[in-house]
Amino acid sequence: MATVVFMLPLVGMVLMLILARSDQQYRWWTLTTSIVTFAVSLLLVRGFDKTSAGLQMVDQFDWISGEGFSIQYYVGIDGISIWLVMLTTFIMPLAILSSFKAIQKRVKLYYMFMLLMEWAMLGVFVAQDLFLFYVFWEVTLVPMYFLIGIWGAEQRIYAAVKFFLYTMAGSLLMLLAILWLGNEAGTFAVPEILEQLKTGDLVFSTATGRWLFLAFGIAFAIKVPMWPLHSWLPDAHVQAPTAGSVILAGVLLKMGTYGFVRFNLPLFPAASETFAPYIAALAVIGIIYGAWVSYGQKDMKKLVAYSSISHLGFVMLGIFALNSSGIEGAVLQMVNHGISTGGLFLVVGVLYERRHTKLMAAFGGIWQAMPLYSGVALVIVLSSMGLPGLNGFVGEFTILLGAAGSDAISWWFTPLAALGVILAAVYMLYMFNTVFMGELDKEENKRLPDLDWRELYALVPILIMVLVIGLQAGYFFEFMDAKVGDLVRDISLAVAAGR
Amino acid sequence: MEASEVSVELYVLLSAVLFIMGVLGVLLRRNAILVFMSVELMLNAGNLALAAFARQWGNGDGHLMVFFVMTVAAAEVAVGLALIVAIFRTKQSINIDDLHMFKD
Amino acid sequence: MENYFDLVPLVVLIPLVGMLTNLFFGKRFGEQGVAIVAVGASAAAFLIAVILWIAQVNTGYVPAVIDMPVLGDWINITSAGLRIPWEFRVDSLSVTMMLVVSGVGTLIHIYAVGYMHGDSRFPRFFVYMNMFLVFMLLLVTGNNFLMMFVGWEGVGLCSYLLIGFWFDKPGGVGWKNSDAARKAFIVNRVGDFGLILGVLLTFWTFRTLDYYKPGEMPAAAHHEEAAYEETLFAPDLPEDEHHETATGPIGVFNQASAWLEEGDHEVNFGVISLSLEATITLITLLFLLGATGKSAQIPLFVWLPDAMAGPTPVSAFIHAATMVTAGVYMMVRSNVLYHSSDLSSFVVAMIGATTAIVAGFIAVGQWDIKRVLAYSTVSQLGFMVAAVGVGAYAAAMFHLVTHACFKALLFLASGSVIHGMEHGHHHLHEHGHGDHGHDDDDFDPQDMRFMGGLKDKMPVTYWTYIFGTLALAGVFPFAGFWSKDEILLDSIKHGVNDGYLSGYLAFVLLLIAAVFTAFYMWRQVSMVFYGQPRHAAAEHASESSNLMTRPLIVLAILSLLIGLINIPSGFPILGWLLGKHEFTSFLGHSVTFAHAGSFNFLLATMAVILALGAIYAARALYNDKTLATLERDPLELDERTAEAFALANAKLYWDEFYFKYIIWPYRNVAYWLAEKLDWEIWHDFAHERLIRDPFNRATQFLAEPVDKGFIDRNFDRLGTLVRRVSDRMRVIQTGYVRTYALSVLFGALLVVILILLPVLRELLGL
Repeated sequence: MATVVFMLPLVGMVLMLILARSDQQYRWWTLTTSIVTFAVSLLLVRGFDKTSAGLQMVDQFDWISGEGFSIQYYVGIDGISIWLVMLTTFIMPLAILSSFKAIQKRVKLYYMFMLLMEWAMLGVFVAQDLFLFYVFWEVTLVPMYFLIGIWGAEQRIYAAVKFFLYTMAGSLLMLLAILWLGNEAGTFAVPEILEQLKTGDLVFSTATGRWLFLAFGIAFAIKVPMWPLHSWLPDAHVQAPTAGSVILAGVLLKMGTYGFVRFNLPLFPAASETFAPYIAALAVIGIIYGAWVSYGQKDMKKLVAYSSISHLGFVMLGIFALNSSGIEGAVLQMVNHGISTGGLFLVVGVLYERRHTKLMAAFGGIWQAMPLYSGVALVIVLSSMGLPGLNGFVGEFTILLGAAGSDAISWWFTPLAALGVILAAVYMLYMFNTVFMGELDKEENKRLPDLDWRELYALVPILIMVLVIGLQAGYFFEFMDAKVGDLVRDISLAVAAGR
Repeated sequence: MEASEVSVELYVLLSAVLFIMGVLGVLLRRNAILVFMSVELMLNAGNLALAAFARQWGNGDGHLMVFFVMTVAAAEVAVGLALIVAIFRTKQSINIDDLHMFKD
Repeated sequence: MENYFDLVPLVVLIPLVGMLTNLFFGKRFGEQGVAIVAVGASAAAFLIAVILWIAQVNTGYVPAVIDMPVLGDWINITSAGLRIPWEFRVDSLSVTMMLVVSGVGTLIHIYAVGYMHGDSRFPRFFVYMNMFLVFMLLLVTGNNFLMMFVGWEGVGLCSYLLIGFWFDKPGGVGWKNSDAARKAFIVNRVGDFGLILGVLLTFWTFRTLDYYKPGEMPAAAHHEEAAYEETLFAPDLPEDEHHETATGPIGVFNQASAWLEEGDHEVNFGVISLSLEATITLITLLFLLGATGKSAQIPLFVWLPDAMAGPTPVSAFIHAATMVTAGVYMMVRSNVLYHSSDLSSFVVAMIGATTAIVAGFIAVGQWDIKRVLAYSTVSQLGFMVAAVGVGAYAAAMFHLVTHACFKALLFLASGSVIHGMEHGHHHLHEHGHGDHGHDDDDFDPQDMRFMGGLKDKMPVTYWTYIFGTLALAGVFPFAGFWSKDEILLDSIKHGVNDGYLSGYLAFVLLLIAAVFTAFYMWRQVSMVFYGQPRHAAAEHASESSNLMTRPLIVLAILSLLIGLINIPSGFPILGWLLGKHEFTSFLGHSVTFAHAGSFNFLLATMAVILALGAIYAARALYNDKTLATLERDPLELDERTAEAFALANAKLYWDEFYFKYIIWPYRNVAYWLAEKLDWEIWHDFAHERLIRDPFNRATQFLAEPVDKGFIDRNFDRLGTLVRRVSDRMRVIQTGYVRTYALSVLFGALLVVILILLPVLRELLGL
C-alpha cells in the first residue's frame, strides 16, 4: 500500500513523458498526478490503525543480499511518517499549481523534476531500510539541484552548487555510519536492527554509539538546518523559484528533523540523551538567532528563510525534549511549518510574479490594492507567528510544554525558546506592516491585480489546513500517540539499561 | 587385411610427403584457390597418418578423429569458398598478394 | 433550567456566523445589511448571556461545563497526559463577563453604525468587531487556560486590525496607525510570553489546564476574616452556599486548594523540584506579566495610548470596556492562586496602584481628547489590578463592570465630539469659511485646544459626558462611587485588618490617583464644553445622529445606576431596599475568595470630598478666562507646575526610554547580525574565504603542478615510448599471408622440435 502511494508520481512521470505533447499538457498531467497521489494518500489515513505503534501497510522483499548482509526493499508507514507523507502529497499540488505561470522555459523538464522530487521525498519518508533510505535521500538532491540551477534567480548556479555540496558533505558521514551499522547487524532494515538492539544481539560501546549518532546527526543537522550550519539555506531559498522554495521549506527541510526522530532517537538512545542538552542549546540559539536575523532583512524571501531556522529550532527542541509531548509537538510542528512557510513562500511568490522584486521597501499599502490577497497573507503570517487557534500555536505550545517538563534538558531552555514567540511577532509584523499596511504610496503598486483563481486555489487549501490543525490538533496527535509513546518508553528503558 | 602387409612407416612417409607438398603449396602459390587446396592436402595428409596409426594400434580413436577432421574440412570448404567468392566480387582478383589492406 | 446552559456555545458561534456572513457577503449587503447582521449577532449574544444569567440564578448558581459542538478535543496527547478540550464554562464570573462584553458591545455596535457611516471599508469594520466578540467571549467562557489564551491572543489580533483600520490615511497618518497597531501587538506578545510560561508551569504542576473539571464545584473559601470582628472595618460575608466538594478528576484551582491545605507539597519538574508555594508565586508572577500586557499596566502600558489611532468605537469597546479588562478577569479567575501567594499579591497591588497614579499624572498633561481617556483607562485598570493585589477580587470585578459602562460612555461621547468637530470642519470647507480661526493645516479634530463651548452645540453629548465624568470621578451616587469606594475600602482593610503593607501603600496611591482622576476629567470637560469655541470647526460643530446619541443615553443611565448592583452592607436605606452585596455574593459562587467590606461612611465622604475638591480646582483653573485662549495650559504657565506639566505632557519619556534601551539596540543588533555576522562573516568570510577559497587553491595546486606537471607528464612519456617501440616493430607486418603462414610454419616446427627435444637429447647422448 505504501508502495502504491510513493510510486504514483514516478508512474505519472513516465506516462507524462510518453503521452503528453504540449506545455499545457505537461502542466495538467503533473497536477493531476499529484492530486491523485494526494487522494490515494488519504486512503493511508483512512486505513491507518491508530492503536498500533508498529509499521503499517508494509511492503518488503529482498533487494540485494549476500553473505552476512541483506538490503531490502522495505517500505511502510507509522504514526510519525504518515503525517510527513501527507504533508508531501499535500504540498506538491500547490507547488505545481503555483508554477503554471512562473515557469515558461523547459516546461517538460521542469515538471519531470517535480514528479521525480515527489517520488524521492515520499521514498525518504516510507523507507524502512537504511540503504533504501540513503538512496532516496540522495535522489532528492538531484531534482532540487536542477530546480534551483535552471529555473532560479540570478545567482542560481552558486546556490545550487552550495546546496548540493553542503548536503552531500553531511550525507557521506551518514553513509559511513549506515555501512558500519549494516555490517555489524547483517541487515540494513531498521526494525530488524532495533530488534537486535533490544535483544542484545547487537551491542556497541558508548563511544561508538556517540560517533554513530554524530555521523547521522550532522547529515540531518545540515538538512534541518541547525544553527550554525544554516548558511546554505538563504541562498537556496532566495535563488530558487517559488515552487522550489515551497518544496524546500515545506518538505525537504523536514527530512532532517524526521531523520532525527526516525533514526537517531531509537538507534542511539543513550547518545541522544547525552547530546540532548547540546542540541537543545543549538536549537534555542537557532530560534533566537533566526528570529533576530530575520528582522534585519530587506528581502522578503530571505526573511522567511531565516524564520525557518527559527521555527525548525522549535522542532529540534521538541525532539530532544525526549518526551512524548515534545516529540509529538515536533512532528506536528514539522507539518505546520511546511504548511505555513510553504504558504508564506507562495504569498511572496504572488507579489514577485507581479513586481519582480522581493524587497519589502518596494511595497507598502498592498492591502488596499489587493484586499483578498492580503487577507490570505494575514492568516498565513499569523499562523507562522503562532496565533492560538491556528496551526503554528499548537506545535509551539506542545513543544514548549515538552521542553518545560523534560528530564533530558534543563528548564531554562523553555523561557529562552518562548522568547522566540515574541520575536516571531516582531519580524513577521515588520514584514506585514511594511508590505501590506501603511499608505499605498508607490505608483507602480496601485494597479496590481488581486489574486486570480489559480493562485486562490493554491492558497485556499493552506488556509483550510491552517484552521483544521489549529482547531483540531487532537485528531493529528491521536495518530502519533501509540508510536511516540512507545518510542519514549524505549528510550527511557534503553537509557536505564545503559545502551 | 593380413594379406597385404604394408608397414606403417610407408604410410607415414607418404603422409609426410603430402604434408610437405601442402605446406609448400600454401607458401608458394598465389592463387587463393590453390592455397586452399594445399590446405586440404595438409589436412588429408594428417588424416592418412591418423588412419595408419589407428590400424597400427588397432584402436578406433584414430578413425574417429579422421571423421572429425573431414567434417571440419567440409565446413571449412564451405566457408572458405564463400569468402573467396566474396573477395573476388570486391577485388576482382583472388591473388593473395593483393590482399593486404591492413598493412596499408 | 440546566438545559439552557447548552446555549453557551452560541454566545461564541453567533458572532462567528455574523462575522463570516459579513466577510463573504458584506460587500453585497450594503451598509444597512451589514449593520443588521453585525448588530443582530451582538444582540443575540447578549440575549443568550441574559438567558444564561437567569438560568444561573434559577439553578442555584451551579457552574456548568459545556462541550463545543462538532469539534473534538483541541489537543490530546494521551501519553503525556495532556488533554485540552473545547469546553465552555458557565458560572457567575463568566456570565458577568459575557453580559458586560455583549451588552456594552451591542450598544457600541449600534453607535458604530452611525460613526462609521460612509467609510469605504464599512463591512470590514464590522467583520472585525464581530470577530472581536468571538474571541472576547471565547476568552471569558473557556474552561481552561489555553482556551482563554486563544481568546487572549485573538482579541490582540482584532485590536491590531482595528487600531490599524485606517492604515491607508494619507500624509503619514496611515503609517503611524500601522505602527501603533504593530506596537500594540508586540507589546502584548511580551505579556503573552509571561502568560504562556505561566500556563506551562501550571500544567506541569497540576497536570491539567482546566479551571475545574465538569461537575466540580469551586472550593469554598475559609474566610479568615470571620475570625476578627473589628469595629471599624468589620467584614460582611456573603452567605456561604458553596456545595460539597466534588469527587473525580480535579481541576487546577481545587487541586491547588487541596495541596495548600495539605501543606508542604513539593512539585517535581523533571530536573528540579520546588515547593508548591514557590511554584504558585512563579505562576502568578508570570500571569501578572501577561496581565500587564493586556491590561496595560506598568511596564507594558505604552501601547494603549497609541492604540487610540483606531476608530473611536474601537477605543470604547476594545481599549476601554472589554479587552483591556481581560487581564483583570484572568487574575480574578486565578484568585485561588493569587490569594495563596503574598509576594505575588504584593507585586500585583504595587503595580496596579503605581500604574493608577502614573497614568493619572500623565493624563493631566495631554491635549488629545482620546489620549486623556486612554491614560484614564490605564489608571482605572490600575485600580482593578490593585484590587486584585489586595485580595478584593469582587471589588475588582465590580469596578470592571462599572468602568466598562462609564468609560465606554466617555469614549463614545468623545467620539461624538470628534465627529461633531469633523462635521464642523467639513462645513467650513464647504462654505468657504476657512479664513477665520486657526491655521487650517494644523487642525486636529481630537485636539482639545481647538474645541471649547460645545456645551450648547452638542447638548446630549455634553450631558452624557458629565454623567460619565462624574461616574469616573467617583461622585455619589454614580457607579464609580460604589466601585472605587469598595476598592479603597478593601485596600485599607487589607492593611489595617490583615496587616499587609501593600494595603496601606495601595490605599494612599489609589486615593491620590482618584484625585488626579477627578482633576483631569474636569479639565477635559472644561476644555471641551465650556468657554467659547476656539476654532471655527468647533463653532460649526453639531450634534451627532440619533444612532450615536441613543447608545450614549443608555450608557449614561447605566453609569448612574449600575453601581446599585453591589450596595455595601451598612449603607443606609439603599442597602435595605436593593439588597446588600448582591454582585459580590453572585460572584462568590465562582470566585472562591470573593468578599466584600462593610460600608465606611468616613472613607466614602472623604473620597467624595476629595473628588469634588479636585473638580472645583480644575474648574477654577480652567475658567472661562483661561479657556478663551488656550494655546498653553495654565499649569504650563505657572512656573511651579510647569516642569511637572512638561513631564506629564511627554508621558514621562517612557516611550523614549524603551526606544533608546530596547528597540533601537534590538534593531541595530538585528542589522548587524543580518548583514555583518551572518552574511559578511559567516556566509561570506567563513564559507568563501575559509572553506571555498582554500579548497579552490588546493584544487589549483593539485590540478597544475601535481596532476599536469607530474602525473600527466609521466604518462605522456610512457605513451611516447610505446609509440617509438611500435614504430620499429611495425616493419614485421608485411601484409602478405604467405609471410604469416611461413611464420606459422616456423612456429609449428619450433613446437615440434621442443616436443622432440628429449628424444634428440637421447639420440645425441646428452
